Amino acid sequence: MESITQFLHWLEKTPVAIFVSQSPGGFSGLLMIHVGAAVIVFGMIVVVDLRLLGLASKGCSVTDLCREALPWTWTAFIISAITGVMLFTGQPVKYFANYAFQAKVALMALAGINMLVFQFMTIRSVSQWNRAPRIPVAAKLAGAISLSCWIAVVAYGRWTAFVM
Amino acid sequence: MLRSEIAVWRSGPKFIMMEYVQWLQTSALSLTIRRSGLIIPITHVLHILATGLVLSALIMINHRVWGWSQTEPSRERARRFWPWLWWSMAVLTVTGIVLTLSAPRRTLLDPSFQVKMAMMGIGMLATFGFGLALRRYGEAWDSASSKHKMVSTFAAFTLVLWMGVTLAGRGRWLVGFLQG
Repeated sequence: MESITQFLHWLEKTPVAIFVSQSPGGFSGLLMIHVGAAVIVFGMIVVVDLRLLGLASKGCSVTDLCREALPWTWTAFIISAITGVMLFTGQPVKYFANYAFQAKVALMALAGINMLVFQFMTIRSVSQWNRAPRIPVAAKLAGAISLSCWIAVVAYGRWTAFVM
Repeated sequence: MLRSEIAVWRSGPKFIMMEYVQWLQTSALSLTIRRSGLIIPITHVLHILATGLVLSALIMINHRVWGWSQTEPSRERARRFWPWLWWSMAVLTVTGIVLTLSAPRRTLLDPSFQVKMAMMGIGMLATFGFGLALRRYGEAWDSASSKHKMVSTFAAFTLVLWMGVTLAGRGRWLVGFLQG
């Protein structure tokens, strides 16, 4: 635990951290890009998740939707992650102790595991249900977990600022 | 300042706006929103989620218009994502009003908020016009051998406008920070 604290204290003295915490507009500018990218991540994930849940885009194949949504999702996610890490360096000790931030990171990890399970296991049988309006339970579950996680990530992300 | 100058200033639009904002700031509705612990954060979250849905719906419609996707006709694509757009815009408007009421002075008098509102107004009109045009000419655009550069550019313009609205929403903080 002490080594983590030492690392966080070292982190807040790095040039990136100083830029974020001390330059006029550094934090706000990064936050603007972070939120802008995060809303695109959320929006594009919802397109796929609602299809997996059988609630929207029922006439479209799942693979076509993924092919369209994933490049946007990943690009926006990378931008959001880079700016998120930069924002974190501005006040690492405070963020690390913030329960809302901890919940946000945990939920993102859960969403990541859910995505890996879907990509490496559930999607294998996609040829059987790609265009079918009825979706297998495993795929529905993946959609439900993903949607819940990302709504909660946005909520806890916003809540992080309220309890800082 | 001379008395006559004060009289002119007090009857000017800036003063009337400030008076109105002051009245809003002290109104019972604004106070209720501010005093409730959960209304503001929940509204913030709904506002962010709705923004994501507007952008994703526009991106999906634009994919078809740009020819990046050929899985269904433009008209069908637009029809499918139309409810997403309108419901999200409705949520954006309602939550936006609540958030403005929660801090009228900080929002209404802020130049970047005024820019955001102007962009949102143009964005809504552009989206509505684009939707009507897709309904009417979508089929013809799909069957045309040459790409409709004007249509593709307009689709991109609409998306950029909404991205600008999203960024300007956070830009208020940036301007405030820069001004100290």
